[in-house]
Amino acid sequence: MTAPIETTGAQAEVQPEAVLAGTKGQQIEGRSLGRIAWNRFKRDKIAVAGGVVVILLILIAALARPLQHLFGLDPNTFHQDLIDPTSSLPKGGLGGMSGDHPLGVEPKFGRDILARILEGSWVSLVVAFGATVLSNVIGAILGVVAGYYGGRVDSVISRMMDTFLAFPLLLFAISISATLQGGAFGLNGLPLHICVLIFVIGFFNWPYLGRIVRGQTLALREREFVDAARGMGARGPYILFRELMPNLVAPIIVYSTLLIPTNIIFEASLSFLGVGIQPPQASWGGMLNQAVDYFQVDPQYMIVPGLAIFVTVLAFNLLGDGLRDALDPRSR
Amino acid sequence: MISYIIRRLIAAVILLLVVTAVTFCIFFLLPRIAGQSADQLAQQYIGKSPSAADIAAVKHNLGLDEPVYIQYWHFIKGIFAGSTYDLGPTTVHCNAPCFGYSFKNHVAVWPELTDRLPITLSLAAGAAVIWLVSGVTVGVISALKPGSFFDRAFMGVALAGVSLPIFFTGQLALLVFTYQIPIFGRTYVPLTENPAQWANTLFPAWCSLALLYSAIYARLTRSGMLETMNEDFIRTARAKGLRERTVVGRHGLRAALTPIVTVFGMDVGLLLGGAVITENVFSLHGIGEYAVQGITDNDLPKVLGVTLLAAFFVVFCNLLVDLLYAAADPRVRLS
Repeated sequence: MTAPIETTGAQAEVQPEAVLAGTKGQQIEGRSLGRIAWNRFKRDKIAVAGGVVVILLILIAALARPLQHLFGLDPNTFHQDLIDPTSSLPKGGLGGMSGDHPLGVEPKFGRDILARILEGSWVSLVVAFGATVLSNVIGAILGVVAGYYGGRVDSVISRMMDTFLAFPLLLFAISISATLQGGAFGLNGLPLHICVLIFVIGFFNWPYLGRIVRGQTLALREREFVDAARGMGARGPYILFRELMPNLVAPIIVYSTLLIPTNIIFEASLSFLGVGIQPPQASWGGMLNQAVDYFQVDPQYMIVPGLAIFVTVLAFNLLGDGLRDALDPRSR
Repeated sequence: MISYIIRRLIAAVILLLVVTAVTFCIFFLLPRIAGQSADQLAQQYIGKSPSAADIAAVKHNLGLDEPVYIQYWHFIKGIFAGSTYDLGPTTVHCNAPCFGYSFKNHVAVWPELTDRLPITLSLAAGAAVIWLVSGVTVGVISALKPGSFFDRAFMGVALAGVSLPIFFTGQLALLVFTYQIPIFGRTYVPLTENPAQWANTLFPAWCSLALLYSAIYARLTRSGMLETMNEDFIRTARAKGLRERTVVGRHGLRAALTPIVTVFGMDVGLLLGGAVITENVFSLHGIGEYAVQGITDNDLPKVLGVTLLAAFFVVFCNLLVDLLYAAADPRVRLS
């Protein structure tokens, strides 16, 4: 426990005005912790750039369908007239780029690549955000409970986290997606695939945040404000969610931002392997899967979705790194 | 020391039981909870468009209509004692480590897995060497002069490396180094047949896999080294008048490496269970590719076998790391 700081008479008599004597005329403004973090974040140009790209990407994903209408593109229309019937490649080189199809068309079916990239963007972000929320809810609750109660509760939850981290995640995810492919909980088609992906990715990723929250809680629970709350008669759940949780928001935000890119790659990997989003629904991983058959002769079809994933993931990573530096200066 | 080893062994056995239980739940319990009937589930174990008799046979052989605990008992018994399947006119015996039986192709999964193991081993071993050496070197150089040009350049590349999915870099590597400038071979040759050819064919796959991991390890090493180099014992070592190289190598790196060894053990363990995506991209017929084949053929026993084997490898590597730790790091409490 912390001991009260002993103050001698002389120190206690120092007046704030005396300290601030030299700064007359300037307006003194108190800065909150959030303000300090924001100022620190603003100075990090790369992180700000990442943040701007992330906001743009979210807007694009949210407006994917209207944008397709705006450009007059449809992700599922076949353009057989643009495909060379003998080689099943787009006519005219460059992956079939033209005014009508700015990023070209895919081989064999001739569907518009830009429209499919737009369509894939919302799928990717919905799954990544959903999975992140799911693992954060599990991770934050179990982490704070383990850290606050300690003892046997802590050892059970910590052991659970260790066990989860030892799982062959990708294979488990593949297996679950494969066994549930036929239908689950009355869902079918796209909603089923999205829900399965969110569940699979979110359910196995929670221990990472769980460990961080537990560690922070261990330090926080010894602080005076927790003692004060307890002294005033507050019970466990109140202390957990009203006293401790607000202090854990910063690490949760940081690690959510860093978990989203991991989840985007995870979703793309599963769709690439054929157990994620199923055709005809467009997804970035699914496009790369189809590109495998053509990348020697039509590399365009592989490079566009690959770059889409790369830019998105990099932007989230830059933003997350910047946020971590801003909110948790010790981690530098 | 002996009591420590025994306790780690017991922990490993418990972990193994947990992992097999979870695998069982995924394959036999979860689909039922999600609302599939026993027939629907059986259908997944036999491939596309099976006959009603096939489904009934599979359902009977896997005991899908029996209570869950009996199914689990059969599952565990199969792994350690083997099991016998009644296939109409004939019965098949699936020998002791029975990791499943493909009713579609009428073969046991285990021998197929052991056939494929050398390929996965080759892939994992080569990539692990590359990423450990490059990742740790880059991390140390970056940490010695934080904020310098090299540090910023390396960390930028590392961040890009983490952001590139392997099925994209793999295809790019194949496109450039195997098709456009054909300097690397296309078909896998066993190490025992022709070592040079073996390395030559696997090299693009090693590099694609290693790029991702060395980025992670560079970041890990850098932060570990930054922390260690501020410790008191480093100041002491410098005050003793040791050369900087000795201070960094003998004192700094050794302490910074311990957490990396843990991560390394887990990563290698996971890779031995199949570098699913890399093997798929580079058409290497390893264990991970077997699982993908199981998915495309709708042949679930293959996926089940790979998942089980992967779980075993992870547990084994965790145990190995724990034991190595106890031998290498005097700070590990053995009591």
